[in-house]
Amino acid sequence: MLVLILRRLAYAAPIALGVSLVCFSLVYLAPGDPLQAVMPADVTPDMVEMIRHEYGFDKPIPVQYALWLWRAVQGDFGLSIGSRRPVIVDVLGSLQNTLLLTSFAVPIAFVIGYTLGAIAGCFPGRWLDRTVTGFAVMGVSVPNYWLGIVMVIAFAVELSWLPATGMGPRGSDAFSIFSLGDLRYLVMPVFTLSMVPVGIIARSTRAAVAEIRGQDFVITLRAKGLSETAVIRHVLKNALPQVLAVMGLQFGYLMGGSILIETVFTWPGSGFLLAKAIINRDIPVLQGAILLLSLVFVATNLVVDLLQSAIDPRIRRA
Amino acid sequence: MDGSIMPTRMLLDIEDLTVRFVTREATVHAVNGVNLQVQAGEVLCILGESGSGKSVTLRALMRLLPAGRTRIEGRITLDGQDVLSLDRKRLQAMRGGLVSMIFQEPMTALDPVYTVGAQIIETVRQHRGGSQRDARARALELFELVKIPSPERRLDAYPHELSGGLRQRAMIAMALSCAPKLLLADEPTTALDATVQIQVLILLRRLQREMGMGTIFVTHDLGVASEIADRIAVMYAGRIVEEGPVADILNNPKHPYTQGLMASTVHAQDRQADIAAIPGSPPDLRRLPAGCSFRPRCAAALAACRERVPTPVFPAANHMARCFRVAAEMGEGA
Repeated sequence: MLVLILRRLAYAAPIALGVSLVCFSLVYLAPGDPLQAVMPADVTPDMVEMIRHEYGFDKPIPVQYALWLWRAVQGDFGLSIGSRRPVIVDVLGSLQNTLLLTSFAVPIAFVIGYTLGAIAGCFPGRWLDRTVTGFAVMGVSVPNYWLGIVMVIAFAVELSWLPATGMGPRGSDAFSIFSLGDLRYLVMPVFTLSMVPVGIIARSTRAAVAEIRGQDFVITLRAKGLSETAVIRHVLKNALPQVLAVMGLQFGYLMGGSILIETVFTWPGSGFLLAKAIINRDIPVLQGAILLLSLVFVATNLVVDLLQSAIDPRIRRA
Repeated sequence: MDGSIMPTRMLLDIEDLTVRFVTREATVHAVNGVNLQVQAGEVLCILGESGSGKSVTLRALMRLLPAGRTRIEGRITLDGQDVLSLDRKRLQAMRGGLVSMIFQEPMTALDPVYTVGAQIIETVRQHRGGSQRDARARALELFELVKIPSPERRLDAYPHELSGGLRQRAMIAMALSCAPKLLLADEPTTALDATVQIQVLILLRRLQREMGMGTIFVTHDLGVASEIADRIAVMYAGRIVEEGPVADILNNPKHPYTQGLMASTVHAQDRQADIAAIPGSPPDLRRLPAGCSFRPRCAAALAACRERVPTPVFPAANHMARCFRVAAEMGEGA
């Protein structure tokens, strides 16, 4: 198992390096001079040269990359142009807030999606299957910002059951998952956020279950006298690795934050931060956020890999 | 009935079994009126080419065919129970308990994400209850019985970690786990290497004798049939065309199809001589010809073969053939 973990980590390293290169080149890929944003309007050419030297922009690009990477691995992405705080503080704070949403939304989506998909897969073509599939398609295709707004209107404005926006009266830093009052703020964003993954997980579970139910070993299971419930237990375990892969991807996507949902619920998460950084051309924040998010993605894939090979030992050899 | 059946009580009695697969496009007539008996401790080989309905007959007898589009008619009596009318509970008790099945391809017939030990333990506990520990001890005993080397370690192996021969032994161990009275073996050696085939065949024959199981052994391999069978039933297009004691069928086949099968097998013939293949191909089971299904390929066909399905005749004691030509020759001889 340890060998497996080390090997997968070795695979992940070049991916992370590649991503860092892309993040670094953002400075040059974006139109305009990266210094424009920080320089006053009446700057003299001498001062421009000085600032260039100060920031290291006069060095060859590979050297700049090496220096940037060296600081990045130490957690130093510079200062945010917008907030003047260290980028790492802003990015980690917002990632934490998004993680809060995701770590509720993904397990909920998994449980609901897997159950629905399993039911549908056991009765392919029947009305239960059609109902579940219809629901899944709806979950994927209803725009979730619209759903969010409708929920705000219904449960916050009309019924006053739930708070409409934000992370609680004490602000995002004081948010605690052990406070029931704070948890109320999670309900609507989590529900809205889980709709798409529910649909996607239900559909892939349905496909996996229907496919596996047609395999030869299922006949063996019946031939040895197992009850239909026991047969389904076998089928579900066989379907799990495929569904975990889908779930891992969904986790990664959601960690990137849903700009629209976090905007609707004014949730200070990574989507919110990215949206703000793009509007303000805040390149240090973009670099830090994208690099950290990609690392989260790589780490998620690693965890999914390990889970998969724990369930299906055939994957270990691949 | 026709005096062919011994007066003892049969372990398995299949009467006039018909299996059709009905889809919107077509109806496939897979089994068309099969009568079979197996006594306790007896080995019956069903011989036939692909699509002759041998596997379907086995699966029908364990009710493993997909319920929605399968139409089964006839009567199957196994150890006094009417199989086709069993409720779900009794059916589950029958499967794996009274009758169990060995499949052709052990790689796909075992669940890939459970160890072989877990799959045997599950079967034992399903039928006999008891603790995990007792069931594991039973599984170990079975692995020793089927001669798997280092059985303790192999119990914790996944199917893909075993060789083809060991996988099939594990499959056999699972099938025997609850000491069934009837064992169904669906081409259990076809997917194996030639040397392993013989080992598995010898193992099966030994276990069958030791445990005294009635056995139906499905194969398309005459050599395998001659090794293991007490009786052979030759199937063609969903019907049994000839049936009798193994020596009679091998030495004195009556039905033109059986004769063709013998002629098309590689023995110690002259290398230069071509192997005599049966001309033509098996009929389309969606559109069976009227009369004898073998008639279009038969060199000895009579006028009557076109009109009616031949009724069974008995050229020798316990030797049945469904053929008008055989009937005519018997008439001449009498």
